[in-house]
Amino acid sequence: MATEPLHALLERAFPDAAELRVEDRTGGGDHFQVTVRSPQFNGLPLLEQHRLVNNALAEPLREGTIHELRITTRGTE
Amino acid sequence: MSELREQIQDVIETEPVALFMKGTPQFVMCGNSERALRALREAGAPVTAVDILPNPAIRQELTAISGWPTIPQVFVKGELIGGADIVEELAATGELERKLGAALGPDYRGLRSEQVVGVT
Repeated sequence: MATEPLHALLERAFPDAAELRVEDRTGGGDHFQVTVRSPQFNGLPLLEQHRLVNNALAEPLREGTIHELRITTRGTE
Repeated sequence: MSELREQIQDVIETEPVALFMKGTPQFVMCGNSERALRALREAGAPVTAVDILPNPAIRQELTAISGWPTIPQVFVKGELIGGADIVEELAATGELERKLGAALGPDYRGLRSEQVVGVT
């Protein structure tokens, strides 16, 4: 899949993101690096930060169109 | 509860460090599983690995238990720590070793050697 649908899902989940990037790591449309910096992450443990990203991408993850997902999250504080 | 789910639950609850991965430590089948394994090894974690590839039901049951959609998944003393990115990040800050020490005791490195268990 292309990066745009993933970007759109993340924008919906993190409308206040200070930084939001989706990169196709291999060009094959199934290995992605997602980077999100959002105030929603402030004070949250890393596990819960990643859970929010996983939740935002629940549908493509369930469909199996993402073979490998790498997540980097940061708060804004 | 299915027998498979009970077996997975049992591994999570009884093994000091459980790593659900694609492949085995000897033959890793996925970059993220490799990264999680490497970070755990570097922290000296007594890893018990479970290969999820032999049966798609393993992954389904695991995700139903943990609420975590992706593989690998790392548990320390029954608690979900996260996937490859989280384990790597915790390892880089020294937090992983602190967590292992706090959960398993200061001598966690000698607890047991790396092993693989199967669930069917």
